[in-house]
Amino acid sequence: MIVVLRLNPTATMTADEFYDDEEEIDFSDLREQYEVKLEEGLDTFVVIDGLPKVPEDNKPKLVKFLIKRLQSVGKTKEDSVYMPMGDDGQSQGFAFVEFETAMQAAQAVKKLNGLQLDKKHTIAVNKLTDIERYGREGRIDEQYTAPEPEPFVEQEHLRSWLCDERTRDQFVLFKSDTVGVYFNNLKEAPEMTVERQFWTESFVRWSPLGTFLTSLHPQGVQLWGGSSWKRIARFPHPAVNLVDFSPNEQYLVTWSNKPIAYQEGMPGMTPEEDGKTYIVWEVRTGKLLRSFSPIENPQEADKPPNMRKKIQWPLFKWTSDDKYCARCTPGSHISVYETPKMVLLDKKSIKLEGVMDFEWSPYSPSEEDSKKSNSEYLLCYWTPELGNQTARVALMSIPSKEIVRTRNLFNVSDCKLHWQSEGAYLCVKVDRHSKRGKSTFTNLEFFRIKEKNIPNEVIEIQETVINFAWEPKGDRFVFITAGELPPAGAAAPVPPKTAVSFYAPEKTKSPPVGPFKLIRTIDKKNSNSIFWSPKGRFCLIATINSQQSNELEFWDFDFDGEKKEAEKDLAANLQLIETVDHYGVTDVEWDPSGRFVVSSSSIWKHTMENGYHMYDFKGKSLREDNIDRFKQFAWRPRPPTMLSKEQQKQIRKNLREYSRQFDETDLALESEASAHIIAARRRLLDEWRAWRAKVEEELTEERAEVGLRPFGAEDEEDTEGTKVIEETVEEVIDEREEEIS
Amino acid sequence: MFERALTQVKFNKDGDLLFSVSKDQVICVWFSQNGERLGTYDGHQGAVWTIDPNPSTSILASGAADNTIRLWEIKTGKLIKTWEFPTAVKRVEFSEDGEYLLATTEQRMGHLGTIVVFPINPDVHGEQATEPSLRITCTDSKATVAAWSYLSKYIIAGHEDGSISQYDAKTGEQLLNVPVHERGTLITDMQMSPDKTYFITSSKDKSAKILDVDNLKVMKQFVTDTPLNSAALTPKKDFVILGGGQEARDVTTTAARQGKFEARFHHKIFEDDIGRVRGHFGPLNTIAVHPAGTAYASAHGGTEYVHIRGVVESTIRVDTLVNTMLIVLCPIGGEDGYVRLHHFDKAYFDFMYEVERTRAQH
Repeated sequence: MIVVLRLNPTATMTADEFYDDEEEIDFSDLREQYEVKLEEGLDTFVVIDGLPKVPEDNKPKLVKFLIKRLQSVGKTKEDSVYMPMGDDGQSQGFAFVEFETAMQAAQAVKKLNGLQLDKKHTIAVNKLTDIERYGREGRIDEQYTAPEPEPFVEQEHLRSWLCDERTRDQFVLFKSDTVGVYFNNLKEAPEMTVERQFWTESFVRWSPLGTFLTSLHPQGVQLWGGSSWKRIARFPHPAVNLVDFSPNEQYLVTWSNKPIAYQEGMPGMTPEEDGKTYIVWEVRTGKLLRSFSPIENPQEADKPPNMRKKIQWPLFKWTSDDKYCARCTPGSHISVYETPKMVLLDKKSIKLEGVMDFEWSPYSPSEEDSKKSNSEYLLCYWTPELGNQTARVALMSIPSKEIVRTRNLFNVSDCKLHWQSEGAYLCVKVDRHSKRGKSTFTNLEFFRIKEKNIPNEVIEIQETVINFAWEPKGDRFVFITAGELPPAGAAAPVPPKTAVSFYAPEKTKSPPVGPFKLIRTIDKKNSNSIFWSPKGRFCLIATINSQQSNELEFWDFDFDGEKKEAEKDLAANLQLIETVDHYGVTDVEWDPSGRFVVSSSSIWKHTMENGYHMYDFKGKSLREDNIDRFKQFAWRPRPPTMLSKEQQKQIRKNLREYSRQFDETDLALESEASAHIIAARRRLLDEWRAWRAKVEEELTEERAEVGLRPFGAEDEEDTEGTKVIEETVEEVIDEREEEIS
Repeated sequence: MFERALTQVKFNKDGDLLFSVSKDQVICVWFSQNGERLGTYDGHQGAVWTIDPNPSTSILASGAADNTIRLWEIKTGKLIKTWEFPTAVKRVEFSEDGEYLLATTEQRMGHLGTIVVFPINPDVHGEQATEPSLRITCTDSKATVAAWSYLSKYIIAGHEDGSISQYDAKTGEQLLNVPVHERGTLITDMQMSPDKTYFITSSKDKSAKILDVDNLKVMKQFVTDTPLNSAALTPKKDFVILGGGQEARDVTTTAARQGKFEARFHHKIFEDDIGRVRGHFGPLNTIAVHPAGTAYASAHGGTEYVHIRGVVESTIRVDTLVNTMLIVLCPIGGEDGYVRLHHFDKAYFDFMYEVERTRAQH
């Protein structure tokens, strides 16, 4: 996915400002924990403890052995190792070592502390200054006392919103400076659970399972949750621009366009983070797992900043169970990291000459699979034409790194990899050009992953496909094609017309599904976006961020009605069920249950008619809320259901009974609500009338004091006295004398 | 750009006449029943900001950018009196009994905004006072609008900073000053209830509020999505009419769609938005309601929308209950700027909330 960078204006900060500016975020505990004061001169020294005790004769041998280990992190020599001898003629198990630089000493502490020399000896490496600081007289009790275990504190349930009696979904709304989280109601106005001013500096984001709300600040990222919306965690990445979660919310990736300028005392960081732009964090502990440098693209470096390719986000892509994460260095390799330690798989990146992009299959082996030692993950990547070599897409199995399937491609301009949500199918959208490079067209290469030998089928399209989307958990898809796109940068006020094509597999009696066939193509459209309901079946085709049109079309793939004869062999009954128009629409989002869909118009894109509209899945308008300075609307995601397949089946079977219950609740709520409204109105009316009666009485009294009759009394008399005077106006238009004989 | 936007419209007490003023220096009087123009009052040398006919419809007061207040004989159009000031006059209003006239003057170049009161001689041929009987100087924030309370007890003023003051109408002493609208947003209009015991204000902060004259307590508030220029109370029905819209210069490509040029009807007691009259071609500058509550007039300006000149719509279809008869008065002197007079039809008077209906039956 390509995202546009929004640079943070507060990104230029010194360390002082960082602390001055953090009234809202209290990092003092972290700072204390990580505060490091290197004293001049002594910070090149480390103390090594846990060494074997040896007599004088064996000392040089031990020192030599030790030096070998020490030189893996920095420069030192035998003269720089001081190993004091005890009165008994034996060494005392510790040594002082001087490195060339403080950085090397710090590295030794980081890398060698806890190193096992042999079965009996594990060394502890500490900075001399730390020993001074923590081990000074009086700082340590001679007597060991076990630390008091902290009393257990009941934590708030992080998924309390799922316990809502009416199983309502929540959403976050960001307008002006205020962020609020609300329960969505079918009829009444949304119910606020929290509203805070200045909750975020740039935008908010839900974690993928909905547990946390993420806010961004110049100092870093914060996560919020629980019924009280308290802060759960914070990740101090200065001038952070973007944030992304692993699918199971275990890890968090942050990115800033400004490389970290490491300074002493930056919370949570070590000198190693200097110059890095990406950080991977562990959500539960808040620990920094690993930081990464930006990927230098030699072709891009020469270009002026505004001409460079936008950064790819998310850069780190995760397997659906958070086990692996990987990133691609275009042109050379893919690096796969294994969680939780974020270590490079087999300690080296996978060299793939020319590799442009990759995607993990959303399918991860289940526990049962791993028992059958079939715990391989699939990823797909593609490489362009290089010299004599053709372009190709390949499927690689991880961790074995075996290539399980490849396909060669010709005249390739670009590829996009689209996995179906369960990893059953892969569609590679191949943008191709004619031999002379004059015209462009698209091939859709399909791979049926679950079938034997991963069969391939191709759909050739004469135009360029600008958008493609699989039905979630389904085997149907929609894509949008456009005529010749105007060259980038050219003044083209009117983008070309687009066409929307709907596909479904042919019906078969038993699996596997039949070949993919076109159901229908609707042309002469402006549509540019596809939004499938998360539950499949319903699909919204929209024209967003467009000057020409603001159309939202609701399509049903399993319409309950007569089917067109020509489409009788297809596993779909496609029907347009509603078309609505939302002026200035910029975003569309389905709620996680697939019951509602929201189209919004954000001030981030334009200032006209900002706000959101809500529809049900059939396109019936439920609410239109025009909000001044509206910025963002996002449904709170839900974790996957915990019900077994059987339980779900049972529910589906008894759906009628459930829906009856829900209808009853809705009805009761409605009458209760209207009773409420009526009572409130009655109260308002009575209050107003009572106030008026009082004021009128007072006025009458005051008027009487100055000798005036009650207000309005004169007027009444006047009107009684008025008479309606009817005037007949005769106007002679023409006069003519005629003799009548 | 030469603007001819209408600045204020007003009915006389009987409601048979409608007065309008605009930035083109002309004061017009119309028959409210059929929209026929009765005449004009000529003499001002600058944009006319404000007018008010006295309760007996014998004298008309007007205030203008030529730094004068003028009194006119309504019947003949004769100029009776001119008072001069160092700055423009933005608001004039007669007291309930017609014996006094208040006016607000602009703050400009070393002159603070003031509220002045003149005694009025009801005899159109008689001598008028030369000096004001009271002068209130607004030291904190200039008064943009002002009005008399019941029995001319107080003068209520709305200020540039969004606050509202209550002055003793005899002494000029400031009794109260309450921040009512969003700080620093101009109060654009203030209209009293018929008995002058409460009033409605409109503001650029996109809201209108009803306040009690005695204690300046906010009784009701109406929130909209557009800066408001005018707010009026409707006799007979418990509604309010609000008008505004983005200034023409702030409206870009989407023009009317974005400008929100609608007259908005809210329920006075329940505060709900109950209906809108669309079809305005520019921001509504001013609204006046017929004293009998049978019609309202709204006016706007807009050289931007010249192309619609001369279009006369006989009826206008409105979303909800206010299905009105509409008369587009002839453009003044063939210029842009329109006064639209909407006569309410039966549906408007029939509309009632269920609670109102049940209460009415009791």
